[in-house]
Amino acid sequence: MNAETLSFDERFGYLLQPKALFGLMMLALLVAAGLFAPWLAPFDPQHQNLMMALTPPQPAGPHLLGTDHVGRDLLSRIIYGARVSLLIAIAVVGFSGIVGVVLGVVSGYFGRWVDSVIQKILEVFWAFPPLLLAIAIVAFLGQGLAIVILALASQRWIPYCRLARAETMTLREREFVVAARSLGAGHIRLLRRHILPNVLPSTIVVATFAMATAIISEAALSFLGLGVPPAIPTWGGMLADARSYISTSWWMALFPGLCIFVTVLGINLLGDVLRARFDPKMKSH
Amino acid sequence: MLGYITRRLLGVIPVLLMVSLIVFMLMHAAPGDPVSMLISDEASPEDRARVAAAWGLDQPVWVQYLNFLQNAVMLDFGDSFRYQQPVIDLVLERLPASLELALYATLMAVIVGIPLGIWAAARPNSIVDTLASFGGFFGISMPNFWLGIMLILIFAGQLNLLPSGGRMSWGDEIPRLTGFLTVDAVLQGRWGELRLAFVHLLLPTVVLGTAMTGIIMQLTRASMLENLAEDYVMTARAKGVRARTILWLHAFRNALVSVITIIGLEFGALLSGAIIVETIFSWPGIGQLLIQGIGARDFPLITGLVIIYTALFVLLNLLIDVLYTIVDPRIRMR
Repeated sequence: MNAETLSFDERFGYLLQPKALFGLMMLALLVAAGLFAPWLAPFDPQHQNLMMALTPPQPAGPHLLGTDHVGRDLLSRIIYGARVSLLIAIAVVGFSGIVGVVLGVVSGYFGRWVDSVIQKILEVFWAFPPLLLAIAIVAFLGQGLAIVILALASQRWIPYCRLARAETMTLREREFVVAARSLGAGHIRLLRRHILPNVLPSTIVVATFAMATAIISEAALSFLGLGVPPAIPTWGGMLADARSYISTSWWMALFPGLCIFVTVLGINLLGDVLRARFDPKMKSH
Repeated sequence: MLGYITRRLLGVIPVLLMVSLIVFMLMHAAPGDPVSMLISDEASPEDRARVAAAWGLDQPVWVQYLNFLQNAVMLDFGDSFRYQQPVIDLVLERLPASLELALYATLMAVIVGIPLGIWAAARPNSIVDTLASFGGFFGISMPNFWLGIMLILIFAGQLNLLPSGGRMSWGDEIPRLTGFLTVDAVLQGRWGELRLAFVHLLLPTVVLGTAMTGIIMQLTRASMLENLAEDYVMTARAKGVRARTILWLHAFRNALVSVITIIGLEFGALLSGAIIVETIFSWPGIGQLLIQGIGARDFPLITGLVIIYTALFVLLNLLIDVLYTIVDPRIRMR
């Protein structure tokens, strides 16, 4: 069927179910907060005011969600924190996606020793327990935006690679690829024109789940003090600050954590809807 | 069977070799001169050279790696800078605390997750069913560090019912036999201490086990539904077998295979989830040891722990695969 002949409902109708709508809304909020933080935030997220330290939430303003231990406005810090989450999520999803898809396609297309070498590498990276390799990378190489992205991508490329490899192995035998090959198309042309464009759409499901994992893992690293430098406001870092004021200031812990939870939940639910749509085989689990 | 296990065990060796190489390369890529971490800044060049020689740091990189590997195989990761003790001793001392926590969290996930999953499958569209089908999403989306802080806030802070951290109150320690406090307390008949140990275990167990509970619940539901739709269930129904017997004896036994796999996989994930939970609850396990080691830039300790964690994870996954073939012999031949 030609894409032109499909109605809007047929093409995007599945995104209107509550799970997907919730996920899209959370994603939109995250992107909006990340992009427009300077205009949305009522205060400078770094501005300290010890006179106002540990102010409880003021529904009538000015500090809607209260302030932290040095009097910084929590709402503003949460909005700015979305920037780090968004930036790192996009970078990790993109970086691990490129590495994973390229390795997967090469692995599935060439097979033989190329495949066994790449699969062995995959097995080694998969041997580390979740998050441990990321922790080790930051522990040895030091803190910084680029290192955190590298650390979080160190295992996220694996699902992309597995998927791209499996897809490539089936595509390789399809008529249009065989036909192109018999017409004398070289490896590079086959991979670029015929294999890759057909592998990419199915990676959207993996990318969605990878985004959720990246956000929650970044928050975990920041919480452990192993994320981006502490001067930058992050949701995980805010929770780490909140630990020392648990008995007096519940708002410091409640709001940043809630943000992580609903954002990640929304993206995961969206991922599930996409999975049902793009991969009916895996629908049940 | 024995051949299968041997083959799998041999397959683990190259993986662990590569793991050690990655960890060694990371250690080598760390910024800063390793010698300056071993000796004070005021040391003379002669002293520095002596220390470098003593630690083999004057050798070519590949010789250093081979030395490192040779020692790692013997479980010798050197002395921790911070504690001035062999890393392996520190790890063995703290490992039971981590394992005990992970085991109770798994137990909770199994005891809560499986029955709820079965219940959900038996009553489609009930509240339990909705809960179970979202349980997995809840589990993978809930940051355990947030859950931990909020539970401390409520139960330790506001209600003052439970301790906010630690494994045992000061002064209530009991002689160590196995290192598993609840086991030691039972063996020595110290019932008061047993209660205290459970009181301390409660919150960390709930925090560590929540994600796994949700995942097990969702998976049990899905695989029960799958099995309840099979022909053998219809045959049993037609023969007049009681609904409860069908549910537990027929469908559940077959659903168990996939549940066991996920329990195994998630138990490994619990080990690294525990790094965060131990930090929040000041739980004296290897996760807390790792984070403290990172804070102190205690490289022998970090290296040793990363390798031991990974080796445990790999061996656990192997164990699960073997168990899997025992439960479902059809797989063995593949």
